Amino acid sequence: MNMGDHLLSWILFTPLLGMVVVLAVPSSNKYLVRWVANLAALASFLVSLQLVLRFDTHAAGFQFVERASWIASLGVNYSIGVDGISYLLVILTTALTLLSVLASWSEVEERLPAYYAMLLLLETGILGVFLSLDFFLFYVFWEAVLVPMYFLIGIWGGERRLYAALKFFLYTMTGSVLMLIGILILYFAHANQFGVRTFEIADLMRVQLPIAAERTVFWLLFLGFAVKVPMFPFHTWLPDAHTEAPTAGSVMLAGVLLKMGTYGFLRISLPLLPNASQDWGIVCILAVLSLIAILYGALVSLMQKDWKKLVAYSSVSHMGFITLGIFSLNVKGLTGAVIQQINHGISTGLLFLLVGIIYERRHTREIAEFGGVAHRMPNYAVVFAIAMLSSAGLPLLNGFVGEFTILQGAFEVNPWWAALAVPGIVLGAAYLLWLYQRTMLGELTNEKNRQLLDLNLREWAVVLPLVAAAFWIGIYPKPLFEIVEKPVAQIMDRLHRTELHQKEVQP
Amino acid sequence: MPANFMPSAAEYFRFAPEIILTIVGTLVMILEAMTGDRDKSSLGYVSLLGLAAAMAAAVAANNDPGLAFQSMIIVDGFATFFRVLVLGVGMLTILVSTNYLSEAKANSGDFYALILFSVVGQSLMACANELIMIFIGIEISSIASYILAGYLRDDRRNNESALKYFLMGSFATAFLLYGVAWIYGLTGSTNLGEIRTVLSHGTAPTAMVGISAALMLVGLAFKVSAAPFQVWAPDVYQGSSAPISAFMSAGPKAAAFAVMVRVFYTSFDSISNQWEPVFWIMSLATMVIGNFAALQQRNIKRMLAYSSIAHAGYVMVAVTSHSAVGTAAVMFYLASYCLMNIGAFAVVTWMARDGEKFVEVDDFSGLAQKQPFVTAILTVLILSLVGVPLTGGFFGKFLVFKAAIDSHLMWLAILGLLNSAVAAYYYLRVLVVMYFREPGASTVNLPPVAGTLRVAMLVTTLGTIALGIFPGLILGFATQSSTLGK
Repeated sequence: MNMGDHLLSWILFTPLLGMVVVLAVPSSNKYLVRWVANLAALASFLVSLQLVLRFDTHAAGFQFVERASWIASLGVNYSIGVDGISYLLVILTTALTLLSVLASWSEVEERLPAYYAMLLLLETGILGVFLSLDFFLFYVFWEAVLVPMYFLIGIWGGERRLYAALKFFLYTMTGSVLMLIGILILYFAHANQFGVRTFEIADLMRVQLPIAAERTVFWLLFLGFAVKVPMFPFHTWLPDAHTEAPTAGSVMLAGVLLKMGTYGFLRISLPLLPNASQDWGIVCILAVLSLIAILYGALVSLMQKDWKKLVAYSSVSHMGFITLGIFSLNVKGLTGAVIQQINHGISTGLLFLLVGIIYERRHTREIAEFGGVAHRMPNYAVVFAIAMLSSAGLPLLNGFVGEFTILQGAFEVNPWWAALAVPGIVLGAAYLLWLYQRTMLGELTNEKNRQLLDLNLREWAVVLPLVAAAFWIGIYPKPLFEIVEKPVAQIMDRLHRTELHQKEVQP
Repeated sequence: MPANFMPSAAEYFRFAPEIILTIVGTLVMILEAMTGDRDKSSLGYVSLLGLAAAMAAAVAANNDPGLAFQSMIIVDGFATFFRVLVLGVGMLTILVSTNYLSEAKANSGDFYALILFSVVGQSLMACANELIMIFIGIEISSIASYILAGYLRDDRRNNESALKYFLMGSFATAFLLYGVAWIYGLTGSTNLGEIRTVLSHGTAPTAMVGISAALMLVGLAFKVSAAPFQVWAPDVYQGSSAPISAFMSAGPKAAAFAVMVRVFYTSFDSISNQWEPVFWIMSLATMVIGNFAALQQRNIKRMLAYSSIAHAGYVMVAVTSHSAVGTAAVMFYLASYCLMNIGAFAVVTWMARDGEKFVEVDDFSGLAQKQPFVTAILTVLILSLVGVPLTGGFFGKFLVFKAAIDSHLMWLAILGLLNSAVAAYYYLRVLVVMYFREPGASTVNLPPVAGTLRVAMLVTTLGTIALGIFPGLILGFATQSSTLGK
């Protein structure tokens, strides 16, 4: 197989091929279906590993670019490529999909081929969002992600799955149709100014809009992205969707799907709308919304009685850090945000996987049902401790690296931002430690917990890679910073240039 | 005026699709009388062949575009597009109907002949270049449709539906005709191009031109079920047999939109500042009424009826944008709409059974476990109706709102897109019951998916996907033909 020239297409469509194969397997043979699905996810991951070998950290701009005309009359191209930001997210996506598929081995029993097909379809959709260099293509994948996620929550979810699935779909759909209008305004502005119809993000950067129009487009795109992140006050779909989704769904949702929103800000809002993005009013609004998300998410987590819901609300808080980093609009903030995207994927993914493991054994997520689990599951308790500390941002674990960099960035802009965000970290430590105390420590009081079995071999295989990654990033984050350096410099360059341009014009 | 009134061979050639259909339709009626009590499915195949031949003729006619019969007929890309579309709708309707009719013990050549005659009218509407021709086309199409709506004459609902459709339809066409009379009085012509020329001089009194345009708009708005003239549609679609609902929601609507675009873009081009605001309000009202009423529906035929009103609203948005891009969007949207709507009604036809006993949304409960094939078909079609990417429905909506933004109809685009998010709610409910509910009484003894019905389902679904992945298939042609021959 020569993947040399079309590496990204291979990465993008291997899951889709896998999906076709999974659907072709006779559904009566569940064992075979599971094996095939796991192999398909493994294949996608291995293909994406080629990227690790061949990605050039020191090159600026996009790599492995592929471009072909898709709909000539509209100027829509199939054009894909990676830079440091998307490279990390691509690897995160393929890795988390593989782990999610593996984690589903004994959790899901019903309609197996369809289940795995949806997971693999979801993988292609998310990868498409991260790889697209054409805004239209981006939108197509963005919307396409909705369908598999809707079914994953709706068919294989918990008690209130219908409500959660519908809410998820309607929220994101509403956000994204407004985004579509923003896209079209840019498209027409480009067509008018340059006489070329294109959706290429790189070309759309040349568009000069009056500041009022640019602000409008910014808010339209913002609605699409903010629902996905989700930023306060658009977050209410998230706890429902997370809580009701099957484990794999939650992992994918928290691990990579939410990053589509922050990625949208990084890839599209900042470079395409630099003036609006640096508009002090807009920046302040977004920073305040981020701070509210950080504090509110943490406070609500503190009050949760449901284990999974607690982790879900903690995501709101953590994603708040990422958006705060982005709208600090400096190197530290952006770098921290990109790295925190990955870290949040690792630590929250791990937390959801661990909740899934315990739920599979006890079929409840009520925190009050547990206590003293560490006596029966010592290994699990250790892994859970690592996940918790990584999420809480303990030094030497991954969470610290990102959050600390973000706080530095925020501090540079306005010390108050950092000062207000720090209680979020403290609260984060509080709700996680309290959760740990209530579930793992103390006496084993509930009789039902006496039968609990510790991690089996497959579960070890699911959690170990993430634990390793958490330590690796925590102890030696330098490679990560190197990967992020170029693309962040590019965004900063873009922001500075318009700033200078404005200064030249104004006097 | 030319001295020689004898049409040339080229002119007959341009009118060949209608001639072929009329001959085949008459032939089918004669064959019906000759075949007695035998199975009439073969007559369906004869009709299919006739439609296919007419389609070939329509495509061939496009190689030599131009006027015919003293400019009463025009063959251009736009006309050809809609001719092929309504002919395709006719074919799909027949594929959906045969089995249904056999089950209802009403399989007869009359039915197929009526479909063919109705399609003749729609095809004529697509290529009419003159108001009287338009009127005749609408009448041919409508009268056949009135009968089709009440085709199962022992069925009470069919009768009610036909009567309603007939009374309201005739009333609406009367408005149209009245408008035609006014415009003839004002301009001395019924030819679209000549009316345009006269009106562009600006000598005709503007108010009166406006009134005549409004009168014609009433008639056409009724046919496309645009608000506030949409009230008939849910009752008629619900009461008619499912295959006929499929037909009525697609063919006549597409043809009426073709007429609307041609008349308003050609003849009333110079008074566009008068009708554009009216269209703006109508399109918004149509979308809102269609979508919000559909939210309330439990009967799937009624839900699809309201949803088809909403879709008419989206098309109206494209018409309102009044541009070549808008015309192309109208064409693309209607093509994908016809596919997905007929497909959805095909599934309803299959599900309904026993005198249409199972037509509630809840009757689809648990279908995913019982009939994965039909579930997959309906899933694709529903997602397309929602407007999810990689389906024809998505590109339709995309092109419509792109056209709107191109014409600076920003608020209409925003409100329209928000409407499409509302629509997701009621469409998804069908998916919800199919996948997430346990099967009930309605899914016991499901019939097999009969051959022709299966073909119709596959064609509509694959067509919907094809338009979603390769919209260029018809978008290129639509864009080329979007500047109407004037």
